[in-house]
Amino acid sequence: MGPGHSALTRGRALALGTVPVAFLALFFAYPLATILERGLTSDGGLSLPEGTTALVWFTTWQAAASTLLTLVAGLPLAWAIGRFRFRGRSLARALVLVPFVLPTVVVATAFLDLLPADLQRGVPAILAAHVFFNVAVVTRIVGGAWATVDARSEEAAAVLGAGPLRRAREVTLPRLAPALSAASALTFLFCFTSFGVILILGGPGRATVETEIYNRAARLFDLQAAAALSILQLLAVAVVLTVASVLEARAGDGGALADEGDVLRRPTGGRRVAVAGILAIAAVVLVLPLAVLVGHSLGSWHLLFEETPALLVEPWQAAVYSVAFASVAAAIALVVGGIAAITLARRPPGVLDGFVLLPLGASAVMLGFGFIITFDAAPLDFRSSWWLVPVAQSLVAAPFVVRIVTPALRSIDPRLREAAATLGASPGRSRREVDLPLVSRAFGIAAGFAFAIALGEFGATVFVARAEQPTLPVAIFRFLGRPGAESQGTAAALAVVLAGITVCAALAAERLGDGRGRGF
Amino acid sequence: MAGALQVRGARVALGGHEALAGVDLDVAEGSTVAVLGPSGSGKSTLLRSIAGLQKLDDGTVSLDSRSLEGVPAHRRGVGLMFQDDALFPHRDVAANVGFGLRMQNVARAEREARVRELLALVGLEGRERRRVSTLSGGERKRVALARALAPAPRLLLLDEPLGALDRPLHDRLVVELRGLFAEIGQTALYVTHDVAEAFAVGALVAVMRDGRIVQVATPELLWAAPADAWVARFIGLQNVEEHGATALVIRPEAVVFRPDPHGDAAVGTGQRDGPLVTLRATYDDGREIVSAHTGLDLPPPGTRVTVEIDPAAVVEVPAGAPG
Repeated sequence: MGPGHSALTRGRALALGTVPVAFLALFFAYPLATILERGLTSDGGLSLPEGTTALVWFTTWQAAASTLLTLVAGLPLAWAIGRFRFRGRSLARALVLVPFVLPTVVVATAFLDLLPADLQRGVPAILAAHVFFNVAVVTRIVGGAWATVDARSEEAAAVLGAGPLRRAREVTLPRLAPALSAASALTFLFCFTSFGVILILGGPGRATVETEIYNRAARLFDLQAAAALSILQLLAVAVVLTVASVLEARAGDGGALADEGDVLRRPTGGRRVAVAGILAIAAVVLVLPLAVLVGHSLGSWHLLFEETPALLVEPWQAAVYSVAFASVAAAIALVVGGIAAITLARRPPGVLDGFVLLPLGASAVMLGFGFIITFDAAPLDFRSSWWLVPVAQSLVAAPFVVRIVTPALRSIDPRLREAAATLGASPGRSRREVDLPLVSRAFGIAAGFAFAIALGEFGATVFVARAEQPTLPVAIFRFLGRPGAESQGTAAALAVVLAGITVCAALAAERLGDGRGRGF
Repeated sequence: MAGALQVRGARVALGGHEALAGVDLDVAEGSTVAVLGPSGSGKSTLLRSIAGLQKLDDGTVSLDSRSLEGVPAHRRGVGLMFQDDALFPHRDVAANVGFGLRMQNVARAEREARVRELLALVGLEGRERRRVSTLSGGERKRVALARALAPAPRLLLLDEPLGALDRPLHDRLVVELRGLFAEIGQTALYVTHDVAEAFAVGALVAVMRDGRIVQVATPELLWAAPADAWVARFIGLQNVEEHGATALVIRPEAVVFRPDPHGDAAVGTGQRDGPLVTLRATYDDGREIVSAHTGLDLPPPGTRVTVEIDPAAVVEVPAGAPG
């Protein structure tokens, strides 16, 4: 077959690559173009609504403050988990991730229950919720870097006469700097585009660019202002995302990383107390909001099975829709993100990586808004189509799939493919027999996270979900917006259900990821 | 003699650098040729070109008189044992060894029998179900070898297969490999930078330098008559005296230090490697000379000696380009 065969493979590869491109063109680029068309004035300017400056200022400083507080809260935990070996360390690593995968709506609901009445809505509540979420980012990224900074280089510095402070400044900090800046940039990005937390905990008059897009589009029907704000948000996010990916790329090549086994030490003496204290505080902070939420939900569970004026369906049905939509969304995200990852992994890391991640930062609200103003007229009138919800969710989840699968694909030793070739495996066969089994674990993890993210997706879903098929986050939001203890209790019960499903999915994925090399 | 492998005029440029600068090489059916050269001499590139993992810019590779031009790696029938084994981490020992057979669509029963046979050949009977991640370094090598041999390749290529092993294991495996290739009549091309390994494994040794093969000879001939001063030094001959365009090479085993208070040289500290002692003496005019012999009687450092050289062990070679 010879040359004809390879031409066929190349043709197939090309065809494969067009699937995500076509998908993104229709469901990402096209809505984006519609927004641009609506938002830009005839002379190409942006007619931003009054008060935009204040809006941008608040958006920026709350994100900056949240990032700073997150670093302060996350570093001790990163130190404890990244530096030391102790019983239950992998469990602690997994649990730290829990807040990050919790839907924003759940966290917001929990903080409403947790905080005293005068602090329930406003800046302190927003900051607290943001810290709660993003501690995981700092802990995982910085802790991960810490765990691979060779302790022996610190020991070498000590032998050469450097005291503890000197060692921290000259050995440890420089090695951690890339991870610190990457974690900060990501946290800033998440806080900058935060939606559910601000909408629910912000209180009246507290708006960020993201929530204002929603406010203009869904409440005031000022589509032109919403489009203009979306463009502004897109530009801002592009800047933040560029900085973040540059910092992250730098974090990636922080020199030769040591094997974790050589690095982790058992804590002794005062450090033992410190590690135990940090873990105990973390456990309380992690558990308390959820415990209060569960407490609040008790006594409201029967309401899930009763008709309510807040929804067109009984509340429990929202869980069914949520799981169904999230399953479809995860499947789409796996296919689209998986193909994108395969395409990306063929070339060295670069600009294209950041481009694929754009939807991750391009705000979910903007996505949802773009959907409703794009797919509202024939032949693309999809407003009554149920699948618009999973498609929107998959766009939010797919970048995570790419992020998880691409490194796994890149880390496959090319010599394994060469070995397969010299043993008689054609390129296609080698992909099936070598690449696929080696990344199947990454795909499993990606599937779990894609499902969890789709399940908790709120910003885009709130625009496209139909009233008779609400998802859990949308239903919770509706209940929270209604006065009365019954509504609040129902919201809490639904939030517990949502948290439960999400955490199970994420932990299953995390366990899958951690299983490498541990028993079989 | 029609060689099983014939390489003619092979050229490869990698990033502007000529990794192979016109290589000719023959490996006869059933024989083992060791390609010996320092790192960066192009020996791995040569191997990869033969395996079909690296495209030749010019020249030909033929196997059993058939050109391999345009034949992709998976259709060449050439086995390759990698420096770092490249075992499939997601498969057990049997699946690794049986991979190539599966690619040839060999029936399961036959495949299992062949895997058993190969594991017996490399001394790993009964380890079929072991995970490769639990194997020791030596076991990994054996699995890699069994995997490469399983599809009965017409030619087996080995790319520094025993690098990074501790010395006793290394030495044992060298002997095993040679015996095994002879036993099954395997045609093999063995790349290494280790002189002792090349001499132990290869019926012929091809010395490579800067993308060229500078000498092909049996280990004995290579030792007795290196092509030039560079080859002599590279294979460990230290007594190389350059005189303009030529150099005199004196084999150390033909050098004897006779204790003599009126001698014109003084011995230094001896160095023992197994049965062999290497002694270095310095002439009063500053020249140095090395003697190798077996025995237990070492003259103490500083002893005055007369240097006796067997003239039959002195060869004149071109000085060659500086290495």
